[in-house]
Amino acid sequence: MREDFPIFKRKVRGKELIYFDSASTTQKPKQVLAALDLYYKNFNSNGHRGLHFLSQRSTEIFEGTREKVKWFINAESAKEIIFVRGTTEAINLAAATFGKKFVKRGDEILISEMEHHSNIVPWQIVAQERGAKLKIIPITDNGELEIEKLKNLLTEKTKILSLTHVSNVLGTINPIKKIIKLARKKGVPVLIDGAQAVAHLKVDVQDLDCDFYAFSGHKMYGPTGIGVLYGKRELLEKLPPYQGGGEMIKRVSFEKTTYNDLPWKFEAGTPDIAGVVGLGAAVDYLKDVGLEKIQRHEKELLEYGQKVIDSIAGVRVIGQAKDKTGVISFVFNPSTSSGQAIHPHDIGTFLDREGIAIRTGHHCCQPLMERLGLAATCRVSFGIYNEKQEIDKLKIALQKAKKFFNV
Amino acid sequence: MFSLKELYQDIILEHGLKPRNFGKLKTANFTAEASNPVCGDRYWVYFKISRNMIKDISFDGEGCLISKASASLMTETLHEKTMKDAIEVFNRFKRLLKRGVSENTGKLAVFSGIYKFPARIQCALLPWYTIRKKF
Repeated sequence: MREDFPIFKRKVRGKELIYFDSASTTQKPKQVLAALDLYYKNFNSNGHRGLHFLSQRSTEIFEGTREKVKWFINAESAKEIIFVRGTTEAINLAAATFGKKFVKRGDEILISEMEHHSNIVPWQIVAQERGAKLKIIPITDNGELEIEKLKNLLTEKTKILSLTHVSNVLGTINPIKKIIKLARKKGVPVLIDGAQAVAHLKVDVQDLDCDFYAFSGHKMYGPTGIGVLYGKRELLEKLPPYQGGGEMIKRVSFEKTTYNDLPWKFEAGTPDIAGVVGLGAAVDYLKDVGLEKIQRHEKELLEYGQKVIDSIAGVRVIGQAKDKTGVISFVFNPSTSSGQAIHPHDIGTFLDREGIAIRTGHHCCQPLMERLGLAATCRVSFGIYNEKQEIDKLKIALQKAKKFFNV
Repeated sequence: MFSLKELYQDIILEHGLKPRNFGKLKTANFTAEASNPVCGDRYWVYFKISRNMIKDISFDGEGCLISKASASLMTETLHEKTMKDAIEVFNRFKRLLKRGVSENTGKLAVFSGIYKFPARIQCALLPWYTIRKKF
């Protein structure tokens, strides 16, 4: 699979690139790059209302991709697929429109301690505007949700539960099917943040029975700037529009506007057509490789990687959930004053000189870092192009770093 | 390609790993916090100021080697400096970080390689922002 990714032909700081930052964004296969090129060279035009040849082709490609995405997550209808900029915009869209329609003073919105800022802040804004309260599901020291506490937090006041499928820091795969069932019993709708899941696990929104599912193209081998909000049709139909403008209308006069049908009601303005084309190519690519194969490969890397990183003296792996994707967070003796710690940023700079790309910092999860009692971690995350021998090189580099920093 | 040693010079490693003047200052009459929300680094700097002069200074908090070494060397450099001199040192330090020009920066000259690592300039600047809060 590695040969599909042209970026690995380049050198980084004179060394072979070892890319361990796929949870931030994945590299792009040549199939996706070719699709973008083909689109711009042969079909570029603004879709929908255009009558000319190119505009019709562009519309067909755009709406055809909606069908592909529908298949990819097994939605019931393509009308339930809304194209957005990414997971962040998807959650903002859902939060703003759902909040306006359903959240009132005294209501509760339930999220968890392991959420990314983009699944915290949009709900905080809704809570502030509507006079509602944000409630938090705690996690265990292992990095798993406390399901018993979750049960008690689901009350008649809970208007929505918004939860990540997979933690971007801990790699924890949450048992969302079970949780959605619990919420359903109390009549609480559920949004799932799938940014860290879709490129790693098979997602079936009908089987999960979630009300919203949000994800980004660029974390699943597609381009940046494109993402998807899935929403159950009957729910989407009840929601007010998010942005006003072209495409989302049927008829406009200065007195009144009639809004368009789903999904266009939520797609104001000229969309990122090329981005959608690239997303379609990424879906095809994942289909060709096969998610089962990807899952197997990444599980192998995870098990090997955890073992190797754990074997380095002074290293602590953060996040020991039973069910994990290929994400390994770790720290070097994180005590503040002993003088034996190596800060993640220093590790990051050191590894960068070795051509190894990892991510360091709070990973946009400050409340989670607070819970863990850490300011930052080093995070290694895998994609389908990673190999075991790269993990061996990481180990050698980390040992060199220890020597360099006198630890 | 620059060597990592240009960034992590021995004195930086030493101060980063064993910071001087680390801990709260009981006699402090001014305390300021500096934090970088992007990376989570966070420091508190404690000043004892009398008659426009920094009579004593210490710091605590958490961050990378670069920011910690910078804080440690800052406390050594600013000890017994007037507020006006402290600002002048800060300005010279900024020029050193951004352009690599060392003009009378004393021990701080160990940071002369940082301009080749632009992602780390903010680390070295962070603890210094506290003096801006006072002067």
